Amino acid sequence: MSAALDLLTIVAILAGLFFFLAGTVGLLRFPDPLSRLHALTKADNLGLGLIVVGLLPRAGGLLGVLKLVAVWFLVLLASATVAQLIAGAIRRKGSST
Amino acid sequence: MTVVNALDIGLAALVLALAAWTVAAREAFAAAVGYVAYGLLLSLVWVRLFAVDVALTEAAIGSGVTGVLLIRAAARLRGATPALDEPLAPPLRFLAGVLCAMVAGALAATVLLMPDPAPTLAPQAVGNLPSTGLGNAVTAVLISYRAFDTMLEKVVLVLAVVGVWSLAPDACWGGSPGAPRPARPEAALAFLAQVLPPLGIVVGIHIFWVGADEPGGAFQGGAILAAMWMITMMAGLTEAPPVSSTRLRLVLVSGPAVFLAIGLAGVVIAGGFLAYPSGSAKPLILFIEAFMTLTIAATLPMLVAGPPEQPPQP
Amino acid sequence: MTGFLLSAAGFILLTVATGLVRILRGPGDCDRMMAAQLLGTGATAALLLVASATGAPGAVDVALGLALLAAFASVAFVNSAAPPEQNLNNEAGVE
Repeated sequence: MSAALDLLTIVAILAGLFFFLAGTVGLLRFPDPLSRLHALTKADNLGLGLIVVGLLPRAGGLLGVLKLVAVWFLVLLASATVAQLIAGAIRRKGSST
Repeated sequence: MTVVNALDIGLAALVLALAAWTVAAREAFAAAVGYVAYGLLLSLVWVRLFAVDVALTEAAIGSGVTGVLLIRAAARLRGATPALDEPLAPPLRFLAGVLCAMVAGALAATVLLMPDPAPTLAPQAVGNLPSTGLGNAVTAVLISYRAFDTMLEKVVLVLAVVGVWSLAPDACWGGSPGAPRPARPEAALAFLAQVLPPLGIVVGIHIFWVGADEPGGAFQGGAILAAMWMITMMAGLTEAPPVSSTRLRLVLVSGPAVFLAIGLAGVVIAGGFLAYPSGSAKPLILFIEAFMTLTIAATLPMLVAGPPEQPPQP
Repeated sequence: MTGFLLSAAGFILLTVATGLVRILRGPGDCDRMMAAQLLGTGATAALLLVASATGAPGAVDVALGLALLAAFASVAFVNSAAPPEQNLNNEAGVE
């Protein structure tokens, strides 16, 4: 059982790392701000989510699990809002010039 | 080299590189963003040094209060007088460079010449914990062993608010701090400002409460509560209370006032200024900390909001 | 397992640090803000991994604090970048 949980941790975290890499590549390589925003605010949240899933078996207790899930939820909320706000800022800037 | 060492060295190199770039950046806004990123990495460094109390402070203050303050200041200075961009005269620049190098050199020498093992009061701090009833040595140092320093720090915070308010133009005195509320709050931001505070208030009080036995405490918890008030103001859902509000002023001074009152009571009851009677140290400490949390939660948003910029409403 | 978790934290730091090039190069303020946002998420993930690997008490609370305040810098940026439009709205409302 514990070996299976360890395997889950490793697979989920490796998948998470892949999405962090993808987000960074997107931020660096995409041609315009809106596509960079698109790459960034989705990929790294998925990455964080997968890492949280991977760490859940090691959380130790209900409070630990709750905290991990809360971290993910809060970052999701922040990223979703920031994506909206920055997209608005980019659009205003584009229309004013 | 183990993985931990590699991680620590990499982290240190990254922090140094970012710090150097932030100092060298030519544009104020870029430097402010660099500094926010630097603060994020720094809280990771504090965790690696097992100074989790400091990491919490850095996380709460760095990304909440100072981040907002610096980014706003940078955006505001962008349209300011060009006199700020004029380079200093070469002799003055040389002098500044020499002075900075001397400070850095002295610090480096102090660290490098430190005896090994470095002198420490940690065993005494931990040894006297039972008399305070606390489990977190950092909190014991702050509220019990060095209570005087902590009390004066809170007084400094109140003085800082007085200083910021004193910048108000005469016509605006008695008005609300900061810019007027936008007519129509942005929907996404308003949503965030409605969802975040209930969670943040729970986390803030949790961090204040566990501070007695685990990393946390009044300042960290108060800073998170402060951030929750700030987000509702930034979203335009609430407006800062007018600086003439008695309630606001009472909250601002309640922390230092309660601290001082209990400290003076200690002269009579426990035989010394800021001494706690044995046995009831912990409840008294928590009582003081509760009011300090409140003061910090009110002071920091007032510092960020700035002086009143609109005349008082009749 | 500890070694794996720490290596994962190191890898994330390395990737998001590469993303910092956007803070350096810009070109726009929005790009700089995005890079800081990415670093925030990455630092939170690295913190959770380090917390789980070393068992430092309270480290998850630090991650919780970072997550709570993740949006603040960007909100301040957008707020201070936007005021002209808001002022117009206000003046229209007053008149």
